[in-house]
Amino acid sequence: MEAATVPARPAVRAEGVSKTYGARRALQGVTFEAAPGERVAITGPNGAGKTTLLQILAGSLRPSGGSVSLGGGVIGWVPQQPALYSKLSVAENLRLFARLERVGDVPATVGRMLELTGLGERAREEVGRLSGGNRQRLNIAIGLLGDPAVLLLDEPSSSLDPRQRERLWAFVGGLAADGTAVVYSTHNVAEAERYADRLLVLADGELLFSGTPAELEREVHGSAAGSDFEGAFVRFLHERGH
Amino acid sequence: MLKDLQILRRSPLLVAVLVGYSVVVSLVVGTALSAGPGKPKVAFANLVPAGQSEIALGGQRIDAAGYANLLFQKVDPIRVRTRAQAIAKVKSGEALGALVVPADVTQKLQGTLGLGGGGPPTVEVYYNAENPLKRQYVQSTINATLADANQAISGEVLREAARYLNVIVAGGKIALPIVGAVDILGLRRAQAIIDAASAGLPANAPERVALGQVSRFARLAADNLDLSKPILASISSPVRVRQTVIKGSSSSISAFAAEAAVIGSMMFVALLLAAGMLALEREENAFGRLVRGLVSRSALIAQKVGLAALCAFVLTAAMLAILAALLHLDFARSPLWLVALGLSAVAFGAMGVAIGGITREVRSASLVAFVLSLPIAALALIPPGAVAGGLYDLIRVISGAFPFRPSLEALDAAISGGDLLAPLAHLAALALAFGVLARLSLRRFA
Repeated sequence: MEAATVPARPAVRAEGVSKTYGARRALQGVTFEAAPGERVAITGPNGAGKTTLLQILAGSLRPSGGSVSLGGGVIGWVPQQPALYSKLSVAENLRLFARLERVGDVPATVGRMLELTGLGERAREEVGRLSGGNRQRLNIAIGLLGDPAVLLLDEPSSSLDPRQRERLWAFVGGLAADGTAVVYSTHNVAEAERYADRLLVLADGELLFSGTPAELEREVHGSAAGSDFEGAFVRFLHERGH
Repeated sequence: MLKDLQILRRSPLLVAVLVGYSVVVSLVVGTALSAGPGKPKVAFANLVPAGQSEIALGGQRIDAAGYANLLFQKVDPIRVRTRAQAIAKVKSGEALGALVVPADVTQKLQGTLGLGGGGPPTVEVYYNAENPLKRQYVQSTINATLADANQAISGEVLREAARYLNVIVAGGKIALPIVGAVDILGLRRAQAIIDAASAGLPANAPERVALGQVSRFARLAADNLDLSKPILASISSPVRVRQTVIKGSSSSISAFAAEAAVIGSMMFVALLLAAGMLALEREENAFGRLVRGLVSRSALIAQKVGLAALCAFVLTAAMLAILAALLHLDFARSPLWLVALGLSAVAFGAMGVAIGGITREVRSASLVAFVLSLPIAALALIPPGAVAGGLYDLIRVISGAFPFRPSLEALDAAISGGDLLAPLAHLAALALAFGVLARLSLRRFA
């Protein structure tokens, strides 16, 4: 496996992180770093441990071994299923989590997030009445409330239509440009290729690859050129027994 | 249908609750019905000196101790020697009540039946009443038994009175105190003699002997009829009962019913709210986001308990205020009511979050909370003696593991007096235990 090149001071670092559930090993000694402004995609087959790794990075799950360290600031967490109170309005959800995040100016932050999500006109509407896409936008906005140095997103585009997906990745790109380290999981290899600076490939809890999409392609195409990125990715997994 | 069965099979908690509920209720009811009611344990102190338990009634001697056997058919007696020992048995809870027969009972009973004066004989009954239902059960058992004894004594008196009246009417031999056995002429024979004598008797006739007999009969008849009046008056209840509650509640049944209604409402509100609120955090996927540094798991539990308890407290305090006004309860004790309600609400709230943490789904949490509530309340209200002794002990242990019984005891003590600290300590322990259980359940909550 090729070691990734990152700046000296990472925004977040995982060192030998492992997680076991009884006899099952969900993660096995995963080590990686994400630099400020870097977009890191975690991909791999179902059950690879992507969500588990993100939950451990987010602090909502305790690792069985290893450690996670932050370069500074806070971590923003966007779970796959929107973590929102459906009986509260859009604004009430934002206010609640802004207070819990101990944001300095709650009304201003809520206003900024409403503008960011484009949900200003629906601020008083109960979240339970929103479409899946709008809920996800609010879900992401809540992850950004604390102005995090690292934003973790678990399958952020899974419930979005193509247009919303484009907006999401444009937004994520903007955050990264402003210095936020963005780590996200995805099944969509094409998204990983297009919107990630670096790729982590997990399978059965093991980190198989850490590098740029181009590096992954080179590693596979060294033996068989001409395939697209998704084909290269599948071949990479096959070659490693997955 | 197969699909539904498969879904059910994959909801083990729901299935366990539904099956377990039916099994437990069947076992409890079946065991209770098959075992039948047990006899309440009653301490019995007979202070009448040995050999002095007989009374003379007419020409007969009756052993009053024999009437105690009636009592022992309905209770499980714990025989003690002194009044203090009997009361101690009640205070310790070993006996539900105590029956003390004072030393002067025989003498007073003899006086009542023989016009000796000195007031009616009185036996003493002491109760251990954890709640008015239990007190009523013991009271009714002892009172029914004493009524049987009174009826038996009355029967003896009635038979004796009837014999007197028969002699007065028809004549014959009768044994009287002091005088001994005498031959009574009887009203019919006397009338015949008087009729015969009066037919043609001169003023100085020698039939003075017969007239003398008539005169003697008239005097005895008057005496005996006088004697029959107090005897007949004593027939209804020759033995009186003095009742004393020395441990437990002195609440009226209506006050107790109000207490049960208040605690029952509190149970439903606190359990359903706390269980639902905690389970909702998981259903909304918010739990994972909250506990990653925003709120600790323990604080989350404390907040749910606090809010559920506050809602239940406010509701039941209002309920109690209304009921207290209607039932004329002593509002001077209201600070104690609030203490009892407050700690009860916390204990129910803690139990609710434990249910919510274990079930992890709002619907399951609500169902479990509801299904648990009814038997918990029912078990706490079963009086001793309503079921067999061993089963009752088991029921007490089970009902003691949930807040309903100690809450009821605490509110009863707060309203009517009695030991408030013990149920409050019980509630605090339950609140802590359920809080720990809820905290442990959050390990598999995310």
